Amino acid sequence: MANYSWPPMEKRRLMGKRLERLDGIAKSTGRAKYASDFNAPGMLFGEFLTCPHAHARVTSIDTSAAEKLNGVTAVRVIAKPGTEIQWAGAEVASVAAISEDVARDAVRLIKVGYEVLPHLVKEDDISKAGTRAKAAGETVTGDLEKAFSEADVTHEGSYGIPVITHCCLEPHGQVVEWKGKEINFRPSTQNVTGVGGDLAKNLQLPATDVHVKMDYIGGGFGSKFAADLWGVESAQLSKASGGKPVKMFLDRRTELTIAGVRPSAFAKVKVSAKKDGTLTGWQSDSWATGGFGGGGSPPLPYVFINIPNQKKNHSAISTNTGGVRAWRAPNHQQATYLTCCALEDLAAKLKMDPVELFAKNADLTARPEVYRNQLKKASELMDWGKKWHQRGDSGAGPVKRGLGLAIATWGGGGHNSQCRAVIHPDGAIDIELCSQDLGTGTRTIITQVAAETLGLPMSAINLKIGDNSLPPSGPSGGSTTVGGVSSSTRKATINALEKLYEAVAASLGAKQDELEAVDGRIQVKGHPDKALTWKAACQKLGVKVISEMGANDQKNPGGLNAQGVGGINMAEVEVDTETGIVKMKKFVAVNDCGLVVNPRLAESQIHGGVIMGICSALTEERILDAATGRVLNADMEFYKLSGVGDIGEIVAHVEVLPEHDKRGIVGLGEPSAIAIPAAIANAVANAIGVRVQRIPLTPDRVLAALEGRNA
Amino acid sequence: MGTKGRCLVSSRKDPDVSKTGQSGFSRRGFMQGIGVGSGALGAGILENEAQAAPPPGGFSGPGGVAITLRINGKPTNLTVEPRVTLVDALRNTLDMTGAKKVCDRATCGACTVIMSGKVVYACSVLAIDAQGKDIQTIEGIGSGNKPHPVSMAFVHHDAQQCGYCTPGFVMAAKGFLDRTPNPTLEQVEKGLGGNLCRCGTYVGIRQAVLEAAKEIKGGKNG
Repeated sequence: MANYSWPPMEKRRLMGKRLERLDGIAKSTGRAKYASDFNAPGMLFGEFLTCPHAHARVTSIDTSAAEKLNGVTAVRVIAKPGTEIQWAGAEVASVAAISEDVARDAVRLIKVGYEVLPHLVKEDDISKAGTRAKAAGETVTGDLEKAFSEADVTHEGSYGIPVITHCCLEPHGQVVEWKGKEINFRPSTQNVTGVGGDLAKNLQLPATDVHVKMDYIGGGFGSKFAADLWGVESAQLSKASGGKPVKMFLDRRTELTIAGVRPSAFAKVKVSAKKDGTLTGWQSDSWATGGFGGGGSPPLPYVFINIPNQKKNHSAISTNTGGVRAWRAPNHQQATYLTCCALEDLAAKLKMDPVELFAKNADLTARPEVYRNQLKKASELMDWGKKWHQRGDSGAGPVKRGLGLAIATWGGGGHNSQCRAVIHPDGAIDIELCSQDLGTGTRTIITQVAAETLGLPMSAINLKIGDNSLPPSGPSGGSTTVGGVSSSTRKATINALEKLYEAVAASLGAKQDELEAVDGRIQVKGHPDKALTWKAACQKLGVKVISEMGANDQKNPGGLNAQGVGGINMAEVEVDTETGIVKMKKFVAVNDCGLVVNPRLAESQIHGGVIMGICSALTEERILDAATGRVLNADMEFYKLSGVGDIGEIVAHVEVLPEHDKRGIVGLGEPSAIAIPAAIANAVANAIGVRVQRIPLTPDRVLAALEGRNA
Repeated sequence: MGTKGRCLVSSRKDPDVSKTGQSGFSRRGFMQGIGVGSGALGAGILENEAQAAPPPGGFSGPGGVAITLRINGKPTNLTVEPRVTLVDALRNTLDMTGAKKVCDRATCGACTVIMSGKVVYACSVLAIDAQGKDIQTIEGIGSGNKPHPVSMAFVHHDAQQCGYCTPGFVMAAKGFLDRTPNPTLEQVEKGLGGNLCRCGTYVGIRQAVLEAAKEIKGGKNG
């Protein structure tokens, strides 16, 4: 069997290099066509009528006026009379028309009667949740009472992290054309391979009828895997409109209300330690909501999983709000926030540097050495030893500086990916796999791997992705894409090379296994003089085309990809105690991700993760009105993201080390986005001397905490 | 650093580089101009607008109205309802999809274009109000084999991930550099505060804009 292992570090020409992303120019010149950019002659526009009530029963619906409106081609009722609606923004009817504006006119003409029912939309106070809170049952390890009674120090605290949305800039949606037996489906999706089958299943059609195509996606972050109701409705509206393509993308209000959220998490935590900082006990009573289905159970205690004595209770609260979807590292931001805030508070009580506390307890984690080294590296990059001070000990002026720390872990591994490598007799090469590039650089990574293996420049590779007629490659979730596609591409290109060696071995007077592909040649190993140029070698194929498959073996990745990475994040902030404004000064992120295929893209991932984390630490929160049950800030003015001037200095350090490299490739998208809010919240506590219990750390919350009114 | 609501923000440009309302391109601003301008100035505005505008003194719509927009130097005829925004006209009628529709209310800048030298949010300008202006879009800067230096700098500094905000950022950066050819980092952060990215590409964007300033000044591509 062929040897698929990665070439040794020192022999790599393209892998490991800081190459520019291949689709960069297409994007920065506006030429990249996203699903929402697709236009076709006669294309129609679809719109939803959504429910204004958080909980209601539909009593009547009259679409006659909408149907009569000039330019309307189809009106469909989604929520028939009798339907119970569980959140504001839920889809009630859909319309297709010749323009978005006419479709909206039609939506306004639909008359719906509702019986309004009582709702619950807020979960921060669990005592008000009543029967809507479902306890998961207690988990106990060791003897917590004993641990607490024998501890030198204990700390009890309350912490909260709110529901936030994905806020993808390209909203959820698609263009669908349902003509005869064939459906052309152009969604904005993280799952080009699987989303067609999902649509087919919902329409009770064979999966073979749905052709999916997507070149670019404008953000997903875990929220775009399924065909969704909007995919199904677009298809039905297309069919009802004589097969004309229907474009239907959610407007911003609907996008932020129903297209997915990250669950909240609240907890009362008690931790105990010995005088030297050794952790002895953990107790948490946590609760969360992810919408009507409950959802969200952060793994506690986070990373320090082996604290010897533990008692944990968690409740999921069902609220009348739009539902949860995977959000870049599900449950981990919440878990590290609840854990690291409690540990930082404990360290403050011990008058101990939290870096010391974390290092002291590294043995309670799954990867002690990795974390110890990362703590050291991050401290060095932050100049922690020089800058850190005891909590609140930050000078007399109104502006206080502080440092904070938090920890991350993630799995990764490789998804189920297959790749086809085609070598044509003229030397041209197709690399084909039905992956998507979320903007993480997947196109670039695949091309680096293929060109590296074939001994050719990047420009020799013709890469085809984003079409479900290509070999299947898994959805992009869980940071598994880079592991999957790099492994399948490596195997397919090696398999194709083996076939090429077979075809040219005789003419080079060597055996097949004595050949190698180097610098645009097929040569006898170590003998550039006994060689054929790539083109000349391919000509020996005559009329035969080589087409070979490669698949990532998830059970036995063979050292090509791996699972399990860590990260240490450190924040430095400045807090104005007169205005409550928190300003980012510096952020250090140290991450390992196994073999690093492209450090430039890896750093971009980390920058992105950090900046998303700054948004959730400082400004981001879905705000619901208890009275009406509606989202109050379903727009980008008041659902606040940070701007270019809000982020301070960011130092991204990707560890390129032999011990990581030999593990194979591990995804970085999620681990880089976990521990940021926790680190920032801890930095604020360190700066101002008190804990702000809930994020985002808005000026009102900071001022309230300073006045002793935490809420 | 400005403030909006109760939160710290810097996602608005300086008042002098405001993209909407006060910039004089809104329909309301135009109507006010006519009402007040009984003198030469008002008449002048009216005369200029009238060259391309539909029936003076009457009203437009509600159906489609034939208009001419000067886009990237070329007069372009199209028919739109008076309520159609410039971004919808570009994307849906003219298939110029570089400008993206994201927030649709002048917050995020994904639809940024340059109109008669000013950076504007195309989601908050009516297409009929854009008549008589020079509209520059991402499709009109640089060329196929010679992208604009700002576009190139975004590639060199990996200032994009999903790329959906990128054309808006590139246009905002171009407009900013037209006015501020020698920016400091602080000016870049303020000048591009009217655009938002979700993937978190600001580190690259800061570097890219500073590099583009040097490139443009050096005349390479200018």
